[in-house]
Amino acid sequence: MTGTDSDTSASMYTGTGEAHAHAPLSYRFLTAVWVGLMVLTAVTVGVARVDLGYFNVLVALGVASCKALLVIFFFMHLKYENLLIKGMVLTAFVILAIAIGLTFVDIGYRY
Amino acid sequence: MDHTDESGRNTGGRGFLEPFGKGGVRSWIFSTDHKRIGLLYLSLILLMFAVATVLGLIIKLKLMTPGSTLLSPQQYNAMFTLHGVIMIFLVVIPSIPASFGNIFLPLHIGANDVSFPRLNNFSWWLYVIGALLALTSIFTGDGAPDTGWTFYVPFSERTTTNVSVAVIAVFILGFSSILTGLNFITTVHRLRAPGMTWRKLPLFVWSLYATGWIQVLATPILGITALLIFAERVLLLGLFDSTKGGDPLLYQHLFWIYSHPAVYIMILPAMGVISEIIPVFARKPIFGYNMIAFSSLAIAFAGSLVWAHHMFTSGMSDTAVLVFSFLTFVVAIPSAIKVFNWLSTLYQGSISLDPPLLYALGFIFMFSIGGLTGLVLGAAGTDIHVHDTYFVVAHFHYVIFGGTGLGMFAAMHYWFPKVFGRMYDHGRAAWSFWLILIGMNVLYFPMFIMGMQGMPRRYYDYLPQYAPMQMVSTWGSWFLAAGLILMFWNLYRGSRYGPLATRNPWGGATLEWTLPTPLPHEAFHHDPEAPEPYDYKGVNPDG
Repeated sequence: MTGTDSDTSASMYTGTGEAHAHAPLSYRFLTAVWVGLMVLTAVTVGVARVDLGYFNVLVALGVASCKALLVIFFFMHLKYENLLIKGMVLTAFVILAIAIGLTFVDIGYRY
Repeated sequence: MDHTDESGRNTGGRGFLEPFGKGGVRSWIFSTDHKRIGLLYLSLILLMFAVATVLGLIIKLKLMTPGSTLLSPQQYNAMFTLHGVIMIFLVVIPSIPASFGNIFLPLHIGANDVSFPRLNNFSWWLYVIGALLALTSIFTGDGAPDTGWTFYVPFSERTTTNVSVAVIAVFILGFSSILTGLNFITTVHRLRAPGMTWRKLPLFVWSLYATGWIQVLATPILGITALLIFAERVLLLGLFDSTKGGDPLLYQHLFWIYSHPAVYIMILPAMGVISEIIPVFARKPIFGYNMIAFSSLAIAFAGSLVWAHHMFTSGMSDTAVLVFSFLTFVVAIPSAIKVFNWLSTLYQGSISLDPPLLYALGFIFMFSIGGLTGLVLGAAGTDIHVHDTYFVVAHFHYVIFGGTGLGMFAAMHYWFPKVFGRMYDHGRAAWSFWLILIGMNVLYFPMFIMGMQGMPRRYYDYLPQYAPMQMVSTWGSWFLAAGLILMFWNLYRGSRYGPLATRNPWGGATLEWTLPTPLPHEAFHHDPEAPEPYDYKGVNPDG
């Protein structure tokens, strides 16, 4: 360990405290989110048994996105973070959406 | 307290290189000091560079004459695969960010370390584990991987060589890269000294920040893709097998969604180095600071949208060919902005042609050729002709070796006195530069011509018509090797026996040049005042 570490650690945590100063989420609420995730999983499985053609993929991706949002906003506490962190997460998802979208420029028009 | 003499020498001896605590190897390999981790990376990266360069030289030696010489076809396939895998994943991707980025990013913003020092050490260990696994894949199993560094399906699923171990190595190395990127992004956001606004950040920091975003967003896709290859080989899932409802092109999409942005992970930090060096040696403020900073972000973003230009002949839809060809031309704009700004900075500058600037100018020359030939490949029509030929190999080596490689060498010559506290021989550095530059051009330029004439890449043998140029190309590799040996010998000698360096030998205005030479264990005892990074009024080279 160097002498620098303690300084760095001290300044690292300065100012981040307020970002986590929200009340802990109740078990009841977290359980409700979990039930929601289970229901959405059932929807994915159910829809996969119906032939919607091209829309099968869109529905699957849509449901998966909803599940990801639930996990990120509540289990990972994004809802209670500041705008900078929200912006960063949004950027990641926009890039992912563009990557998937541009891949469909190939797959959607291939034949 | 500043333990320096009047020339800015660190009176504490060898600064952060000085043993402390119990000393020994443990004080290095478990160090959380960003400077030590940077040097750990640098030494391993250079070791891997030496290994992969030797492989490259053997490949060129084999290709000097047509026919079956020196290597068997299987050995040849393994050689170019390993050359690619080691160079890409163990050398070029970590090169500048993990070494000089680690050492100088915190100092540039007035911080004493990165945000997560232990994570930084952990990411070095991941690099070590990944490197060991990659090397293990050569000597274990049923032979070294022979797929090329791209691991294309269906061959990578079916070959009996040791692909499984190699892709797991790539997976682990990916995490090393992600953690470094994450550390840099957080550091830039949270540890800037008071007054160090975004518009006062050195452009090297901007380039590392943009690179960090690509590392964090794109590398997980490589990780998953590597795991999918592994799963395909072990579980026979059929994800990429059309007979089982899979799609082989999906693999190419996934691979290039990471691997094209990865070339910007490789080149952006080098561009940052060049943006630091050019104004210092032209004694002029950088031209177009805002546009250079913005273009780093623009390259990071636009560069993430062009991956399928590697797939124009793969059978993907014509619509996709059109869209990706257009997007490829878009990404050329921010790259060109940088080149024009560097040239404008040099214009009417008071230029001192010291070794770091020589290497930086070499970068501009080589990158410009590499960049412009990239447009030939980005245009769908011409790409059909030169796809998978030596033209691609030449383009790539001009950009990555001529660009990132020379950028890395420029960084080594620029920051050497600050890190090691001694100076190398300038004459020998200039000689090595010219040998390397000439060697690179003699080695790679004939490949452009052979590519235009139809010489396919990765072929073990070739038609007699290519023999003269293959011969010339091999001669080039010897010039290059001679230049590299001279350069590394000169730097090594400098680090041991060179004259002692002063605080600010080049007259740089960024914060690291205000620190003692060599760098102390703890850089800043108080928050430093943020300087104008490219204002040289009153800043002169020592002596």
